[in-house]
Amino acid sequence: MFGYTFQWKQALARLPQMLDGALVTLQIALLSMALGILLAILLTVFRRSGSRILNAIATAWVEIARNTPALFQIYMAHFGVASFGIHLSPFTSLLIGITFNNAGYLAENFRGALKAIPDTQARAGRSLGMTPLQSFRYVVMPQMLRIAFLPMTNQMVWAILMTSLGVTVGMNTDLYGVTQDLNALTFRTFELFALAAVIFYLMTKTVQFGARLIAARMFRY
Amino acid sequence: MFDTALTAADLVFLAKGAGMTLLVTAIAVVLGTILGILFGVFRYQVGPWWTAPLTFVLDVFRSIPLLIQLVLANAFMGMVLRWQLSGFTVACGVLTMYTAAYCAEIVRGGIEAVPMTTRRAARSLGLSWGQDMVNIVMPLATRVALPSWIGLALGVMKDSALVYVVQVTELLKSTQILITRLQEPLFLLLICGAFYFLISFPLARLGGYLERRWSHD
Amino acid sequence: MIEIQDVRKSFGALEVLKGIDLTVAKGEVLTVIGGSGSGKSTLLTCINGLEPIDSGRILVDGTEVHAKSTDLNKLRRKIGIVFQQFNAFPHLTVLENVTLAPRKVLGMSRADAEAVAVRQLQHVGLSDKLGVYPGRMSGGQQQRMAIARALAMQPGYMLFDEVTSALDPMLVGEVLDTLRMLASEGMTMICVTHEMKFAREVSDRVAFFHQGVMAEIAPPAQLFDAPQTPELQRFLAATA
Repeated sequence: MFGYTFQWKQALARLPQMLDGALVTLQIALLSMALGILLAILLTVFRRSGSRILNAIATAWVEIARNTPALFQIYMAHFGVASFGIHLSPFTSLLIGITFNNAGYLAENFRGALKAIPDTQARAGRSLGMTPLQSFRYVVMPQMLRIAFLPMTNQMVWAILMTSLGVTVGMNTDLYGVTQDLNALTFRTFELFALAAVIFYLMTKTVQFGARLIAARMFRY
Repeated sequence: MFDTALTAADLVFLAKGAGMTLLVTAIAVVLGTILGILFGVFRYQVGPWWTAPLTFVLDVFRSIPLLIQLVLANAFMGMVLRWQLSGFTVACGVLTMYTAAYCAEIVRGGIEAVPMTTRRAARSLGLSWGQDMVNIVMPLATRVALPSWIGLALGVMKDSALVYVVQVTELLKSTQILITRLQEPLFLLLICGAFYFLISFPLARLGGYLERRWSHD
Repeated sequence: MIEIQDVRKSFGALEVLKGIDLTVAKGEVLTVIGGSGSGKSTLLTCINGLEPIDSGRILVDGTEVHAKSTDLNKLRRKIGIVFQQFNAFPHLTVLENVTLAPRKVLGMSRADAEAVAVRQLQHVGLSDKLGVYPGRMSGGQQQRMAIARALAMQPGYMLFDEVTSALDPMLVGEVLDTLRMLASEGMTMICVTHEMKFAREVSDRVAFFHQGVMAEIAPPAQLFDAPQTPELQRFLAATA
């Protein structure tokens, strides 16, 4: 049918190495999400703090993260900071880049979620003697995280896909990096990347399915 | 502020890269939106069962990295089919499908947001399916879909930075080439980032504004 | 004791409190009646410092509520407030709703807080709902939970802001019964309400607010049976 012989066996023989790469990919994605969520909460608090400076910092972060390419952000975390004499490993640069991106998008999701929570909730917390921060932490934030859960799942999928950009700063231990190196050895480009695509697909589906299970367990109200 | 070796010729080089970014984005967004509307209406009209294969394919485009989509398409065309397509064609083709995959979801969401009662009212006045679609559903669905669509178009522009992998020299790749030559990464990256930001930020604001305005009535 | 001295408060150009003077003694039950926009609800949110005031003073046990040096978070522990909207925390079970503030604000252990919470929930008749989420309860049950939640902080004063106004008529009774019980136990209470029969039964004094002014204040028998001002006469005629 094609003037090309597919050699799937050659690609499949490399599956163990690629799965190791997939683990690194998952590790970066999870780490960048955990850090991203914490930073996004911090940015959300900044935006609600009423302080002009904190609000400006948070707004700048969110707008830059959302209005420039993720690849640009990773370049900044690698080549950009190198201008200051800071030389980060590809892993660190990639992690910082994706975390920066996650935090910006999540902070915006959180802002949308907060609109759905009536002010009277925070007020009820205050009237029980809680400080503004306590009221946010115990009353508002848990509700915010529930409303933003689906966008958070989407962001996790994005984080997995974004790890593939690490190759541009020299990352070669994640799934994309491993596949690229194997490609340089074997030239089975189509087979290897098709296999990588399948692994990426399965990873994102697993995340989406897992998120649904977690949501069902966590949000029973 | 910066003591730079950047020449006028380099700036032209960057501008060409920016032009390429905008060109690829424009082609992908126009074609992808047309396809996306077709897919979205088809999915809504025919129902989930018969459109499952289409749904699956579109989902694949949203579930694997764009970088891999580009590499795979390039390898498939070149190595498997032995079609000598330019990187530009491959880039536009892949980005178009990528856009269509997201656009179909937005369109479907927009149509579903039009209340069934409104459509029944239209049909009961004697409007045909086509008239109902054009006069009732489209204007209402557009209100829901337009802010998301603006977001999608901007997303495609930002993601077009990845077409370097099929040898298309767009803005970020141009920047990187200059970085290698001039060794002034921060300065060059800031120029490049500012370009994306200055296009994306106002349009994103417009999308947010439309969303707020239309969600109130 | 709650002392309110010449309190004025405006929202923009609208003056909602035009110099209120009022003292509520320990153990007293005061109900506040009046038309909408009379300023009665605003007064309650000023008493626990949720709203700032423009001039005058409010003293709770001698502490000036709106003084800069006052720790409002501490002061609010003494003053429970229940709102018209129940403001149940939807993500927490009934028991968690009631234990949250004692644990986080008073620093009680979970076991101690739960003991207090269970007692208060029994008190308002919700001891069979401990593990239920508020979304699964009726408005009346949610409102009784909100009362238990405020009581769990062991406040010296309770403020009730039209707590039955958002309820189906069928559910008003159970909440009013809870308030009657509290009144009979000697809790110091200020109730803003539209329930005239309730006001007549439980109050030591009733205050009538009209357009930001406390037009009349008297024991219920006197206020309801011999209204002095034409405004109150009209108001009572309209609500009868």
